[in-house]
Amino acid sequence: MLSRTADNIYWLARYVERADCLARILDVAQRLSYLPVTYGGSTNEWSSVLLTAGCADPFIEKHGPIENATEENVVSFLALDPENPTSIRNCFEVARTNARSVRTALTSEMWDAINASWIELRGFPDRALTREELTRFLAFVKETSLRFDGAMHRTMLRNDAFWFARTGVHVERADNTARILDVKYHVLLPDEEKVGGPLDYFQWSSILRSVSALTAFHWVYRDSVKPWLVADLLILNRAMPRSLASCYENLTNALDDIADLYGRQGPSQRLARSIRARLTNQTIDDVFHTGLHEFISDFISDNNKLGAEITDQYLT
Amino acid sequence: MRRIFDEMSGEDGDIRPAYETLSAWLDKVPREVLDQRRKEAEFIFRRIGITFAVYGEQNSQERLIPFDIVPRIITNTEWAGLAKGLEQRVKALNLYIKDVYSKRDVLRAGIVPEDLVYKNPAFRPEMNGQRVPHDLYVHIAGIDIVRTDPDTFYVLEDNARTPSGVSYMLENREIMLRLFPELFSMHKVAPVDKYADDLLATLKSLSPRGGSEPNVAILTPGIYNSAYYEHSFLADKLGVDLVEGRDLFVKDNVVFMRTTEGPKRVDVIYRRLDDDFLDPLAFRPDSVLGVPGLMSAYQAGNVTLTNAVGTGVADDKAVYSYMPEIIRFYLGEEPILPNVPTWRCREPEHLKYVLDHLEELVVKEVHGSGGYGMLVGPKSDKAQIEVFRAKLKHDPDNFIAQPTLALSTCPTLVDEGVAPRHVDLRPFILSGSDRVRIVPGGLTRVAMKEGSLVVNSSQGGGTKDTWVLDA
Repeated sequence: MLSRTADNIYWLARYVERADCLARILDVAQRLSYLPVTYGGSTNEWSSVLLTAGCADPFIEKHGPIENATEENVVSFLALDPENPTSIRNCFEVARTNARSVRTALTSEMWDAINASWIELRGFPDRALTREELTRFLAFVKETSLRFDGAMHRTMLRNDAFWFARTGVHVERADNTARILDVKYHVLLPDEEKVGGPLDYFQWSSILRSVSALTAFHWVYRDSVKPWLVADLLILNRAMPRSLASCYENLTNALDDIADLYGRQGPSQRLARSIRARLTNQTIDDVFHTGLHEFISDFISDNNKLGAEITDQYLT
Repeated sequence: MRRIFDEMSGEDGDIRPAYETLSAWLDKVPREVLDQRRKEAEFIFRRIGITFAVYGEQNSQERLIPFDIVPRIITNTEWAGLAKGLEQRVKALNLYIKDVYSKRDVLRAGIVPEDLVYKNPAFRPEMNGQRVPHDLYVHIAGIDIVRTDPDTFYVLEDNARTPSGVSYMLENREIMLRLFPELFSMHKVAPVDKYADDLLATLKSLSPRGGSEPNVAILTPGIYNSAYYEHSFLADKLGVDLVEGRDLFVKDNVVFMRTTEGPKRVDVIYRRLDDDFLDPLAFRPDSVLGVPGLMSAYQAGNVTLTNAVGTGVADDKAVYSYMPEIIRFYLGEEPILPNVPTWRCREPEHLKYVLDHLEELVVKEVHGSGGYGMLVGPKSDKAQIEVFRAKLKHDPDNFIAQPTLALSTCPTLVDEGVAPRHVDLRPFILSGSDRVRIVPGGLTRVAMKEGSLVVNSSQGGGTKDTWVLDA
């Protein structure tokens, strides 16, 4: 297929995934902001939201230093601001533009999912949303990604178009989970004295909520929420669809399928495999031992490298 | 009659400080918005499937409990006092049950009359001399609280068997967070969602086997039980298996569950099944809901049942009337939360007083629950009162009576607008081997009918989200 087509599909999937991740991050931040300070209600949750969303730079350009972050300006910046290149609005705009340029490579159900959401999005006002409107908006965003993903799985041929879309989803998802950990890793570091306090519980459980894994956590570990288990679930647990390990399992499979079809392995397959090996050959103790923060920083940079390799190898 | 205390506007109409923000918001918000949110809430309840069954009603397998969208507010000072009182109460309940099934000091000291133990239908001779892990019997308690003025919270009832309602406490909060984010941003509301984590920690702390990772299960009577939604909800939140009697079996006094990977040992069973149905070999032989041999595994100390067997001996309304003395006897402390004054019809003088004052009293069956089988004197006609008079004379031991309390009211959305309706409160107290855990809040039940004092869901009562404000 054309590199341009593959590139469009890959980014289409990434942007839908990113919109979904942003919606979760905002959801959780809003919830945390209602908490009394004694329960870990943070004084500045909103600047860490910007960092997690990877939107600190464009925010600073528009609003000045990151300390200026407030609920109001962060929410509008991430949700609907046309000036923020990766606001949810713009994610949907780009997704739809990409979808239009590769309509023939998509099934009609996928196109419908994107286009219907784009139309609905225009029904949301340009002004700052009230909290009620925001809650509705975030639910709408999450429904959209569910529809899109569902349409992809149920209707697409299993060919390179499908695998490029899957690749996009998982590169984006891995990046998102890693960023959440990167911004919050300090609350997961072992500190025997503090373990079990209500403050920690709400910090940890909100990390789980931001990847929709609070219920899953209990099913996997059958234990109360503990920081090293949260890290284990998000980094190494293959059963957890948003864990780094699961993303890389899916990524290597999708890239291998592409390689099989084209009859040739390349640098992106090799890199994906080596990152995956690091996620399967370690225990969470090893990760804490070598340093959680270093581990996550390295992962984010490797994941970016993989994105670049995929682009080099296939999309340009 | 006394003025009724409204938790928002007090006795004289001045908005109380904790309600200032909410009251201003209620004044400003258009009626249509409230109605629309109420509809949305109902829609969400249906979608999630939070329904219950009313026994004896045909064609109404699944009903919704009316949910009132106006939250009830409690200050953290009020809550701190309540929490202390609740912990004290549950400690005393546990000590009492332990004593009843072992040395019976409380009977020898003449604190509680013997027949309240021996003739109590909830007394389980099987539990005599039976040690339970950490001497704890009531691991999950629901203590019903009513309020009559700014400073007085009464305990109305102790629920020491299988109290239900906690899923409503948790789901009501989730729904409020979705519907009224604005209100949450204006209040600092203490969260309740740690309950699942706390419950799991409590249950695991009670495992009879040290060392290995305990396997916890929730035992439900099945999908036809009125609280089935709650059973499945809790199992999901805790990440434990929801089992029915047929999923379990006992071999060599050890309980196993049947799994796809073969039998798996069970250490702690949070049973939502009454004693009577637990084990057809020990109790009702016709029970198909229970597990044959469960009781002997329990007696062998190989499995923990929560709550323990036989806790009903502490939560009928006759024993209730002795709770202040029970607290003093075991803890040497004054009760922090008072009892509602109670006449025990078993005592001739009390009975005489009750018969003479039926039109002003509330008369309850000692073992009744769910608002069934009670007389609310001031709300009843002559014929109803005479029926009760006859019942009382026939079997006085079966009844207690209490004054008709001027229960507090809370603003509630009804057809006529936002109006005061009577409420009670059921907080949930968890007692594990390590400590007592109480999440700030509970289930507020509200009588949706004007003037009604009956808040039970089986009688058309509704629920509200309960906010404990942090400072």
